[in-house]
Amino acid sequence: MLESYVPLLIFVLIVLGLVGALVTLSFVLGPSRPSKRKMAPYESGIIPDTPAQRRISVRFYLTAMLFIIFDVEAIFFYPWAVLLRQLKWFGLIEMLVFMGILGIALAHIWRKGGLDWE
Amino acid sequence: MSGIYNDPIGHWVVVVVAIAILLFVVLTATAYTVWFERVALGHIQRRPGPNRVGPWGLMQLAADGVKLAFKESFVPAKTERTLFVVAPCIAVAAAFLAWAVIPIGLWYNVQYWIADINVGVLLVFALSSLNVYAIVIGGWASNNKYSLLGGLRSAAQLISYEMALGLALVPTFMIVGSLRLRDIVEYTVTWGPYHGPIPLILLTPIGFVIYLIAAVAETNRAPFDLPEAEQELIGGFLTEYSGLKFVMYYLAEYVNMITVSALAALLFFGGWYLWFVPPVLAFLLKIVLFLFLYIWLRGTFPRLRYDMLMRLGWKVLLPLAIVNVIVTGTILVASQG
Repeated sequence: MLESYVPLLIFVLIVLGLVGALVTLSFVLGPSRPSKRKMAPYESGIIPDTPAQRRISVRFYLTAMLFIIFDVEAIFFYPWAVLLRQLKWFGLIEMLVFMGILGIALAHIWRKGGLDWE
Repeated sequence: MSGIYNDPIGHWVVVVVAIAILLFVVLTATAYTVWFERVALGHIQRRPGPNRVGPWGLMQLAADGVKLAFKESFVPAKTERTLFVVAPCIAVAAAFLAWAVIPIGLWYNVQYWIADINVGVLLVFALSSLNVYAIVIGGWASNNKYSLLGGLRSAAQLISYEMALGLALVPTFMIVGSLRLRDIVEYTVTWGPYHGPIPLILLTPIGFVIYLIAAVAETNRAPFDLPEAEQELIGGFLTEYSGLKFVMYYLAEYVNMITVSALAALLFFGGWYLWFVPPVLAFLLKIVLFLFLYIWLRGTFPRLRYDMLMRLGWKVLLPLAIVNVIVTGTILVASQG
């Protein structure tokens, strides 16, 4: 059971080696001629006058929060889906109750405008 | 061959060699996917595309790769140096690792996979989620307004479509009763006189449509390529990347494209089964057709506006996926009695 993950571990190590090699090569192969202009952030030729890390729209935060709620739900679906044929009506109705609660949550967010980007 | 395989040390040698071959094949396939895209896009736009380097321009990507490798790959001032370098690494590593669980049908009853784990699809999803980190960290570490905005947009887009993607596949798992990709491909039905594997798209057509849309969004491809919308954000999270680190992001994008196409072939079109066509060719053909679909979409559709994109994800695909799960589940349980 667990030994089926050993090849995956080997794969992880090999891929990390490959990635490390790529990054190292990126520094080794190319020339290095830094200049003040080259090192400045590229903003279409306009010299940046404000720092890049600034306040961002709260919409992104809200989206991330909604994602956490619904993605955790999606994970619950997986084991249930695999076992549905054995759980039969009992499993289906249990899940419908769960989905109903989430459906109410989604409808509430929808009505409150939580899904709108303006 | 089986002698080596049963030998305790020989077994691991086979595994390592197989991984090396797989990486080589995926890397080469990525290069030729780019070539295929450029030629196909060229023909869509009534121009020849790359045709100078080597026969039919086949060596174009080798030339581009060498050129980019010898370009200066600098880290701009005031960036978060470590994160700036680590971000493309995450992208590439996650993209390659998904191939550990994808079974490749070589011949009738001969398949190869690196790791045959029973939660295969889940692992692919987990790894594809890591892509969000690569993009948002890369965008944030760049100390550039365009990068930051591109990274954030991308994060919001990826997580929004990830749910639709995850839920779109639930009906498939209900029908097959397994998360192992090999089981899904070899799912057999008895339908009148027919007994054998069937493409699952016949049983979950809506799931496939949702998967297709969400997969295009997940790989940041047109018409969902908002994170690097040139007219608005220059290169998005890629703006400050150059040389091989830029190549790494692109490599990851194209590997992801191939992964998503392979998954579509495995999950919905019966993987390596196709009438009398030899399994390897059948699998390859399905992947290439999907890649062509991707390119066709890019050549045909204009980019979506950001609010339309989010509306499509949250207000159309997500409810549709949930309804699809409920309906498929009910039919499945009812038909079982």
